[in-house]
Amino acid sequence: MLVRVLQSVVGSLFLLHFSIASAELSIEIIGAGENQVPVAIAPFGGDQKLALAIKDVVVNDLLRSGLFRMIDAEGKSPLEPADVIYPDWQARGAEALAIGSVAVQPNGRIEARFHLLDVVKQSELAGQAVSASEGQFRAVGHRIADLIYEKLTGDKGVFSTRIAYVNREGQHFRLVVADSDGYNEQTVLSQNQPIMSPAWSPDGSHLAYVSFETGHAVVYIQSLYTNQRKLLAGFSGTNSAPAWAPDGKQLAIVLTRDGSSQIYLIRPDGSDVRRITFSGEIDTEPNFSPDGQYLLFLSDRGGSPQIYRMPVKGGPAERMTFGEGANFSPRYSPDGKGFVFNHRISGKFYIAMQDFQTGQMELLTEGGWEKKPSFAPNGKLIMFASEARERGILATVSSDGRVKQRMFTRSGDAREPVWGP
Amino acid sequence: MKKLFIGIILVNLLAACASQKPVEPVVEAPAPAPVVEAPAPAPAPAPVVEVDPLNDPNSLLAKRSTFYPFDVSVVQDADKPVVQAHAKYLSEHSGRTVRLEGNCDERGSNEYNLGLGQRRANGVKQMLLLGGARASQIDTISNGEEKPRCTEHNEACWKQNRRTDIRY
Repeated sequence: MLVRVLQSVVGSLFLLHFSIASAELSIEIIGAGENQVPVAIAPFGGDQKLALAIKDVVVNDLLRSGLFRMIDAEGKSPLEPADVIYPDWQARGAEALAIGSVAVQPNGRIEARFHLLDVVKQSELAGQAVSASEGQFRAVGHRIADLIYEKLTGDKGVFSTRIAYVNREGQHFRLVVADSDGYNEQTVLSQNQPIMSPAWSPDGSHLAYVSFETGHAVVYIQSLYTNQRKLLAGFSGTNSAPAWAPDGKQLAIVLTRDGSSQIYLIRPDGSDVRRITFSGEIDTEPNFSPDGQYLLFLSDRGGSPQIYRMPVKGGPAERMTFGEGANFSPRYSPDGKGFVFNHRISGKFYIAMQDFQTGQMELLTEGGWEKKPSFAPNGKLIMFASEARERGILATVSSDGRVKQRMFTRSGDAREPVWGP
Repeated sequence: MKKLFIGIILVNLLAACASQKPVEPVVEAPAPAPVVEAPAPAPAPAPVVEVDPLNDPNSLLAKRSTFYPFDVSVVQDADKPVVQAHAKYLSEHSGRTVRLEGNCDERGSNEYNLGLGQRRANGVKQMLLLGGARASQIDTISNGEEKPRCTEHNEACWKQNRRTDIRY
């Protein structure tokens, strides 16, 4: 692991820039949260090889969030709360301290016992045993990082969640599922035809996606447990843009079987296809509200691509975005209070956010080839496709725009990312 | 595909014939004594080699793409004669079918571009139908921005990618 720290001052904001490189992928982080919590992670006891590997995962997770600052824990390794000498940690500037130990069970399972301590109040914030099956040390680390994040920020952690994206090398396409930090990459589908628009089922068990393997765009649903898949929609013309309802009982998809791209509802087994938009223009990229009552979607019915909202049951659509430029790829925030989308103006694509109440658009990025934003389940981070060093990469930005991260995969172009449960 | 292949071979053969040097006249031997001529057999009708105009490189039918300005899907005036020629051909060759593939540059979401590419293909289809082609002869699909002919981020590239291909 390489950690390089560059500090520069822009206005009053300290920008922290460092990178984490490995054989699998490299990650760069730019920016920092407004109030970074100083945290010390003491070396874990027990199996030292595992302990180091797990601590590494925890530290990298917390750093990537931009909300924490690591306090040097050199020379100290208390294993139980009773062993902690609080004034030592106060002197180092830590507000929180994580301690623990790791053991491998006879059946191969990894078990970590860990405590999170409030150094200022000298009290225990959390104590828990975390276990995972043989070899899954990253899962143990992510779970510990989630617990630390939750206790110290009050928000749910997303380090244990997964992402899906498409990796393109020349004309070869792979649909990939990975941990949210890009590790544990698994190829779900590999072919020499384009793959687009992966969409997670709400329970994380299935992916719907668009594939060109039959010569035109059709939608498949694939189980991530059995890898079995079936054709959801293969009508003539174009079948695309699958989006799951929050209850998982239906999807919105886009078909051109009746002419232009229009939005339809369909059951996961392919039955009960119902058309719900009738604009005759391009209506696409539907996304369900968290309560399942509304759809945000893209339409050019007003002359340029803009975001609209309509009831899932059908009914009039309300235009949500105005002003110059075009807007694409809307997605509700998990709290349903706003949405993230892709804004194009003067030849650049930006990741933008808008609140339903104020109707104000806020740009979260500097612009470039940035596409397909999607929220982390906790609503605090947004992942999107970007480009750097002439490659397609995955990037995240915090919902306040302050912390940015870029993930370079080993090879090829990463595109079409979507954050899963 | 097979038909096209045979067509190409025919054209090539014809081209080969046309370019052959004239055969030198053979010096005739002195005429033998005249014999009673048997009635000449009726000449077999010369085989009619019909060149499929689809394979004529000088025909408008040799053009198989229509091009568009940014975010536009109506067939441009410059391309209308091409589409009309294909319409006429299809109306006269009811056994032939075409697949119209709409393509887009990368400046949009790829899902929007799937829709735009489909609209481009549908626009060409409408013009083919107006020109006498039958709906059963035409299939339309969209590649959106997924199968670019050129992959750089500039207009020189983009304008090649904004097109509908007419594939027999």
